[in-house]
Formats: sequence, structure tokens, C-alpha cells
Amino acid sequence: MTSSDTVRPAAVTARGWGWRHAGRSRPAVSGLDLDIRPGERVLLLGPSGAGKSTLLHALAGVLGDSSAGGADPACGAAADAEDADESGSLLIDGAPPRSRRGRAGLMQQDPETQVVLSRLGDDVAFGAENLSVPPADIWSRVAEALDDVGLGRLPLDHPTSSLSGGQKQRLALAGILAMRPGLILLDEPTANLDPAGVLEVRDAVGRCLDKTGATLVVVEHRVSVWKDLVDRIVVLQPGSATDSAVLIDGPPDQVLAQARDMLTAAGVWVPGYVPPTRARGGGTRDASVSGASGASGASAGTAPGAGTAGLLLAAEALAVSRERPRRSGPRGGFRPIPPKPVQSGITAQVRAGEALTITGPNGSGKSTFALTLAGLLAPVSGRVSATVELSAGAGIDPYRWKAQQLIARIGTVFQEPEHQFVTGRVFDELMFGPRHLGRGEERVDELLERLRLTELVDANPYTLSGGEKRRLSVATVLAAHPRVLVLDEPTFGQDANTWAELASFLSELLDDGTAVVSVTHDAEFSAVLGGTELSLRATEHREPDRDSGPLQPGKVAAP
Amino acid sequence: MRQELTLRGNHALLTKANPLAKFTAVMLITMVLALSIDWVSASVALAFELALLPLAGLTLALLWQRGWPLILAAALGGWSTTILAPDSGSILLDARIWSISEGSLELGVGFMIRGLAIALPAVLLMSCTDPTDLADALAQKAKLPHRFVLGTLAAMRLVGLMAEEWQTIGMARRARGVGSHGNPLQRLRATLGQSFGLLVQAVRRASRLAVTMEARGFGGAHRTWARKSTFSGVDAWVLLGGVLIAGAAVAASLAAGTWNMVFLARQ
Repeated sequence: MTSSDTVRPAAVTARGWGWRHAGRSRPAVSGLDLDIRPGERVLLLGPSGAGKSTLLHALAGVLGDSSAGGADPACGAAADAEDADESGSLLIDGAPPRSRRGRAGLMQQDPETQVVLSRLGDDVAFGAENLSVPPADIWSRVAEALDDVGLGRLPLDHPTSSLSGGQKQRLALAGILAMRPGLILLDEPTANLDPAGVLEVRDAVGRCLDKTGATLVVVEHRVSVWKDLVDRIVVLQPGSATDSAVLIDGPPDQVLAQARDMLTAAGVWVPGYVPPTRARGGGTRDASVSGASGASGASAGTAPGAGTAGLLLAAEALAVSRERPRRSGPRGGFRPIPPKPVQSGITAQVRAGEALTITGPNGSGKSTFALTLAGLLAPVSGRVSATVELSAGAGIDPYRWKAQQLIARIGTVFQEPEHQFVTGRVFDELMFGPRHLGRGEERVDELLERLRLTELVDANPYTLSGGEKRRLSVATVLAAHPRVLVLDEPTFGQDANTWAELASFLSELLDDGTAVVSVTHDAEFSAVLGGTELSLRATEHREPDRDSGPLQPGKVAAP
Repeated sequence: MRQELTLRGNHALLTKANPLAKFTAVMLITMVLALSIDWVSASVALAFELALLPLAGLTLALLWQRGWPLILAAALGGWSTTILAPDSGSILLDARIWSISEGSLELGVGFMIRGLAIALPAVLLMSCTDPTDLADALAQKAKLPHRFVLGTLAAMRLVGLMAEEWQTIGMARRARGVGSHGNPLQRLRATLGQSFGLLVQAVRRASRLAVTMEARGFGGAHRTWARKSTFSGVDAWVLLGGVLIAGAAVAASLAAGTWNMVFLARQ
């Protein structure tokens, strides 16, 4: 490939660089001195609030206009707090990033917003078009980029909406590669992906860097994923007037040896380290010592599968889908057409004090099943039934319960905490359930304390950090005192500290007799909770214009 | 789950025409029909439109699936006109508060046919046109500003995403105890809360998408187009077809003496 020879790796220079976002009193980054040589691969670490994303956005040239550039400090002094404020200098190849359109390519965390257009080839071409690449060259660049990220076998008019999360991120990488940038910036590119997707993206990035020799800056909590691909780790610390923004800087092994304790304390996922958690039945569980993985079995409560004792909720021959039945046309007599299930033939039982972990690849209907079990979606066929112990007079079918009956019986924590915020204040958020139920307000203080939210009672939920939002969303659901707790990917994108707190807290709840159902890819997490694993198989890819027969039953239950 | 905006599997003749030509033809027909309230021009246009369905890769069943809200709206409009319009001619049905007469029935049927004849070309256009190709044509051929056209196109992708998000937020809020139960005021408040949640997510998604687009060099004054929007022989036929249908509708109506310009005083 001759065209890839044209990639010239970029150099980054920061001298006393700082940035304050509009409307904030403290700078996100201050006093940053950093040199990245052309072709270097850098992993950027640091606690939340250290300004990692801000730096990446600045390098990509997408930070808003500042009131002052480094060249004109007099203007910066006069700026009020409403405007963003830049100090020092940050240069790519000796020029400000904004003047270097196309020199850097940025990938963000949320796969849905990394796709711009609805056809695969068009999306890859988008960046090259914007850089005024001659049309004749664009399509050869598109084909090459798609090959490089392993999507070359899909047709160019493949709909981007039918790609998996990992494929979307690889598509975004292809769109970046087609611009032939000298600097590739990845902002937590794999935080929203399942383990298979994480490796897909990491390997695609590695291949492309080997080929083009471009400079890489990646921000990511999970060090083990990127450690072997980068040749330098830079640890940033939150901005202060006196200290340097760079805390530690060096080759990966050296930094990890030097700063291991400091990194684990900051919640970074250091390779080979699993934070200690509370064990089921009490005591501390230290997986990095025992090396335990896989389900460790319930150590407390009733033994699995013991008749109907402690049975709260059961699913029988359940078929699930997020779609609602459609109405057929006049010829079909306007009868409802049931949607095609994403998964069928699921049988499962939820028992007091026991954990049920739902695993399986993307698209196997894990979340859809959990939401159906939680009474939030109507089953396509089969049924979910609550035992008298759980329903307490509300009826057998959780989907038919009123919202207030539901929250006192089954609590569901969604993957995205913001979806569940209903007020503008942390305290009101926690009081919301108890106030509507007219009981349980006394438990709120305990939850605040237990999930370290006491300091934040007056804050707006939307302004919290990722870990705080997760803790709050768990606390708000538990405030209604449900006997069954359903969690959808509770550990996605969480740092090691939040992870350990969450795992310990849930282990405590289980010992107190709450049933915990979690959808997760996280083997360590399910090992802490123990209990039963329900593994859903991938169903065949759904073609909208082909009517296939009934799906294979996809349940495999393992104790 | 999400409705596909691409045209995979549709190889009908009209998919090969330039979107701008189709758009112009549709505008022509719709504008002529909007000029006059009469059933002759509307029926003639409707007959032509129905005959064109196969050229757009549509069948009656597919038409119902995509356009049923419009069809229902037209039928409802026709029905209410029938029962509420002033009576003329002999009374066909009298139910005291409303009645159907020959005159009101004619007016109602005319109203329904006109509604269908105006709505159908838009359904036809969208079922044989990829939004991306339409955007290409609008920016390259009609010379609309590319920033506006492509920004709108990217935002349209988010609309499908938002429909999913609405469902998720609805479930997430039910899991917090906010249900669609209670009196109308409580329901209204619940819906407003859910709309606010959706708005927050829409703004977040939109700003992230804007960053993605800007980081891919979007927003410059000049850009090239990988997909060149071109006109072909088909487009001449499409335009001619538009002119013919519009012309035939007017001519038939004038010949029948039913042409009735909306903005001229009623006789």
C-alpha cells in the first residue's frame, strides 16, 4: 500500500498548558508540560477530574473557543468566569491543534455517537470528504481503512445501525484512518464494550498503528488491555497552581512498579490486581491472593435448587423482545403480530438471598430478559410469575403491577444511571420512592452513609461523577426496599474503587436475604456474588426481509 | 428494532432517479392539488399515484404499513366533513345532531381523496429515496449549504435512536415508581418528566455527535463529495411524469367544471 506511506506521525508539545471550561471556577488542566515524540504510544492515566478527556479534546481541536490564547495573556486576565480560558501552549507539530484540521483523529466512549451516516462506506468517507480529499482517492482509502479494521468483508451499503458496539468503534477507527491522521486519540474507546468487543477494538488499533506508525494517546481505566500496546504511561493529577500536572511518566513496567499503590488507590485497574471485597457470609475476599475465578457458590442462605424454599420469581419458557406487537393491515384483519423474540425458551428461578448472573454475548437478549423478569417488558410468550411471598397480594404477573407496587417488590438498576433520575437533588432522589410509598424514609440515611453519598445530598444528580451516579442509582432503587434487585451491567466503565464498593455492598444485601439478579460480562464480579449463572446463547443475526423459523432455545443453566 | 433508513432490497426503477428530480415532481403535484378543493383533480392524481406504486417498489400492503397514520387521518377528515358540512341535496341519514346528505357526502369523499392524493407522493418519495442520497442531491445540485444539509442528516439518525431511548427511559422511570397511572394531571406530569429525561439525553448525544463530526474535519468552508449526485435520463421522465400528472389533474377538473381555487372567494 503506497498510500499509507503518506502518514507522517505527529509530535505533541505542551508548555505550561492549562484549560478552564466555561462557567467553571477551577481549571480542568493546569501547568501541563509534556512532550510526545512522533510515533510514540502513550497511555494516559489518572483519577477522574485529572483532565484526561480535556487534553484529548484539545488535541483533537474540538474544545470551544477560549477567551485568550497563550499568545495574548493580557486578554486572559480580563476574561470573566463565563468564558473558557486557555493558558500556556499546546501544539501539534509546532502549531495549534485547531489550525491542523485532520492531523488528529478522536474516538469517544459512546459507540452510538461515533457513527455519523447510515451506510458503512459513507461513514468512513465522511472525514476524508471534509478534508477535501479528491473523490477518486476517497474510495480506495475507504476500502483500505475497512480492511485494516477487519470490516472489509461487509458491503459498503451495510446499515451502520445493525453493527455491534465493537464493530461501531472499529468503524469509527476506519473513519479516522481514512483521514490519514498523524495522531490517533482514543477517549475510553472500550469502556462500553463487552470483553470480545474490547479485544476486537484493541487489536484493530494495534494493527493500524503498526501499519501507519501514527502517534497514539489513549485514555483508559483498564491498564491490562493497553499495557502491551503502549510504550509509555503518563499519569496526570488534578490541576493545582503549584504542582505539575504530570505525576509520573515512564515505560509501562517501570510506572506500574513505581506507582502501583498510588494507582490502585486512585481506582485504576492495574494488571493482576482485583480489589479486595467483602466475601459472602462475611470476611474479606481477596481474589488476587486466592486467584479465584468463576462462581464460588453461595456460602450463605438456602442451597440452590432446594424446592420452593425462598422462591420469589420464576420464568417459564420465556420468549423476550423489546418490540411491541404490531398491527397487521386490513388483509390481516388488524390483528396484532407478535414481535420476533431475541431469545426464547428461557427458564430461571430467583430465590431470596441468592444471586442469579445472566451472561452471554452481545445481542443474546440478556438485558431484554432481565427487564422482562423485572416486570418492565411484556413477555412475547411464556410467563414470569411471582410467588405469594413476593407478590404479597399484588397478583402473579409483575408486568401488571402498578409502578408503586413494583418498586417495593422488584428494584431495577439500569445501565445508564441518568435514565432513572427523576428529581434535581440527590436527597430528593433518595426520598422519592419512600415518599410515594409512604414508608421507609428512615432507611435513606443509612443508604446515604453506606454508599458514601452524605456529602452530596444537595448536589444535582446529573453533575455527579460516573462512580457517584452509579452508587446513587443503586441507593435510590434500594430505598423502596425491594426483595429482588435486578442490575443491568452494573460494573460497566466503573473504576476499581466503585467496583469493589458495589460488589461488597451487594454481597451484604444477599446475606440479608435480598435476591440479586445481574446482567454482566464481569467474571470477577459474578465470582464475588456467587450463586447461579444463566448463560444465554447468541441468536442468529436478524434479517428484516427474511422470515426464519422459531429460534433455537438458547438457555444453558449451570450451577 | 430501529427502522432502517437505507433502501436495501428495493431495486425498483424510481430508486435510480435523482432524489432532487423526484422531490421536484412531488412538489409540483402537491402544489397543484393544494390549489383547489375538488374531487376530480384529486381522484385523477390519486389514480396516477396508485398506478406508480410498483415503480417505487411499493405494494398496497407495504403502503399501509408505512403510511397508515396518513391514510387514517385522511379517512377521519373525510368522515368529519361528511357529517358536519352543511347539508345539500337529499338527506341520506339523519341522526339529529349530525346528518349525511348527498352534498355533504360528496364534500367528505372529495376531502378524503384530496388528503390521500396530497400525502401519497411524500410516502412514495421516501420509500424509494435514501436520505443520504437526498442530502447529496440537495447539497450538490440544489446548492443548499452543506453544513446545514449534513447536520440535518446526522441529526435524523439520532431521531431513530431517541425513539429507543424513549422506551428505555419509560421503563427506567417505571422502575423508580413513576407510572402512567392516576388522573390526567398525574399522567401529564409523568409524560413531562419523561420528556425532560429524553431531552437531557438528546442534548448529550447531540453534543457528542457534534464533537465526533468536528473531529472528522466537519465544518470547513469547502469539502469534496465521494458520492457524486448525477442526473440521468430517468430524471427527465420523472419530471415529465410530475408535469403530466399535475396537468392531467387540472385539465380533468377544468373540463368537469369542478376546479375551485381555495384562495378565491367561494361561489
